[in-house]
Amino acid sequence: MGLRRTPLYPMHVKYDGNMIDFGGWELPVEYKTTGILAEHHQVRQKAGLFDVSHMGEVDIRGEQAEAFVQELVTNDIGPLKENQVCYSPMCYPDGGCVDDLLVYKFSKDRFFLVINAANTDKDFAWMQEHKIPGVTLENVSDRYAELALQGPLAERVLQEICDTDLKEIKYYWFLPGVKVAGIDCLVSRTGYTGEDGFELFTSPDRACELWEAILEAGRGTILPIGLGARDTLRFEAKMPLYGHELDRDITPLEARLDRFVRIDKPSFTGREALARQKEEGPERLLVEFEMTGRGIPRAHYEVQENGQNIGWVTSGGYAPTLGKNLGLALVKSEFARPGIEIDIIIRNKPVKARTGQGLFYRRPR
Amino acid sequence: MEIRENLYYSEDHEWVRVEGDLAYVGITDYAQHHLGDIVFVELPEIDSEYAAGDTIGVIESVKAVADMHTPVSGTVVEVNEALEQAPESLNKDPYGRHIAILRLSDPEELGNLMNAEQYTAFCEQAEE
Repeated sequence: MGLRRTPLYPMHVKYDGNMIDFGGWELPVEYKTTGILAEHHQVRQKAGLFDVSHMGEVDIRGEQAEAFVQELVTNDIGPLKENQVCYSPMCYPDGGCVDDLLVYKFSKDRFFLVINAANTDKDFAWMQEHKIPGVTLENVSDRYAELALQGPLAERVLQEICDTDLKEIKYYWFLPGVKVAGIDCLVSRTGYTGEDGFELFTSPDRACELWEAILEAGRGTILPIGLGARDTLRFEAKMPLYGHELDRDITPLEARLDRFVRIDKPSFTGREALARQKEEGPERLLVEFEMTGRGIPRAHYEVQENGQNIGWVTSGGYAPTLGKNLGLALVKSEFARPGIEIDIIIRNKPVKARTGQGLFYRRPR
Repeated sequence: MEIRENLYYSEDHEWVRVEGDLAYVGITDYAQHHLGDIVFVELPEIDSEYAAGDTIGVIESVKAVADMHTPVSGTVVEVNEALEQAPESLNKDPYGRHIAILRLSDPEELGNLMNAEQYTAFCEQAEE
C-alpha cells in the first residue's frame, strides 16, 4: 500500500470518510453519512469544507523570480499586483501541458505556485531543469495543509472566526498572516467548485484544529466534503482538470483556454508552438454536449458523428444541480460548435447527444 | 448493512427471491452502499435468455459503472421499468426493488448461492 496521508487524516476518520487511494493519497471520496450527491448540493446551497492538502506548493524566490515564472507559464503575470492570484497553464515547448496551476504573487521576488498533487514531482523537476540564475526554488508541499471552504455561506461562516475583514479579499486575491480561530493562515478567495469561497494554507500541525474551528463556526451549516463531490462540482462548473481537459498531448488552446495563453507576451515556454496553432486554428477543440439519449457519458468514451470517429469524452457525468447528463469532448474542430448531433459510444452502442454552448453551471450572482 | 432472510445471494452482491418458477433478482444493500448514489440503470430486454453469471444490465452511480449479473439462468419475463425514472430508489430500498424477473431454467443452480448467514460472513470477509 504505502499510501500517503494528509495532516487532516484524523478528521477523515472522525467524520467517517470513505477512504480511497487517490493518486497515492489516502483521501475520502465521500463521507458515509452524506455521499457525493448530498455533498454536492451542500456546497451549492450552503457551504462545504474540503481537505486539499495533497495539492503541491512551490516557493519561488530571488531577484529573477518574476522573469522565471513569466517564462514558465502561458498567462501574463506582469500585471499581477502583490497579493493577487492568477490561473495559468504551464506548457512544454510543443504546447502540450506540464500542468495547470495558480500563481500567488507576494512580491516581484517571491511567488508561490499551487500545483496538482499527482504532478508535483514532475512539475518541480521541470521547474528545476529550467531554473535561471537569481532564482531559488523549493518544493514546500509538505509544509502546508490546505483546506477549502466553498459555497454561498463560506464568507459569513469564516468571518465569524477571522481577524480580517474578508470583504477585503476579492476574487483571486489573497492575504498571508490572517488569523483564523487564532491560527496563522494564508487565505485566498479561490476554489474549484464554481462557488464563492476560500482556500486556506496553514501549518500541518494546526490543520485539524482549524478544520474543527470552521465546522464549529458553521454550527451545522458546514459539512465535510469528499473528493467525489469536488469532481462533480468542478465538472458541472466546466473547470478543466489535468489529465482530462488538459494533458501532455492537449494544448490549452485546444482546451479553449485562450484567455490564459498570452501569445502577446515576448517569451514563454511553448510560445512558438502555441502562436502557430493559434494562427492556423487547432485541429481539435473542446466542445460541450448534452445527452439526448439514455446514457451517462464518461471520460475516454469515443465520440462519433455519422458513424465516424471525431474524438473522445474528456469528462462527463451526471450534473447534479442541473439534473442533466453532460460532457466535454475533444473533437475535430469542424464539429466543435453548438447544435451538432453526435453519438457517444457507451458499451459499444451509440447513444445520442447534442453539442451546445452555455450548458454548464454558472453561479447566480 | 441489511441482509434479509429467505433470499439467495451471489458473490457479486445480487439477491434472488424465488416465487414458484420465477426469480426476482436485484442488488444487495452492500452493493448499493459501495456504489454510492445511483443515477442510471440499464435494464435487460424481455424474452432474452441468460445463463447464470451473465451481465443482464448496468448500474451507474455518480462515480462508478457496474455490471449487473443474474445469479441464475433463465428468460427475462419482466423488468422493473420504474428504475429508469427513479434509479436512486435502489439506494433507498435495494431489497424492495428488483431489477428483473426471470423464469428459472435450472432451479438446481439456487444451491450454488449463499443464504443470509453465509452472505453475512462473505461480506464481513470482503470488508477486511
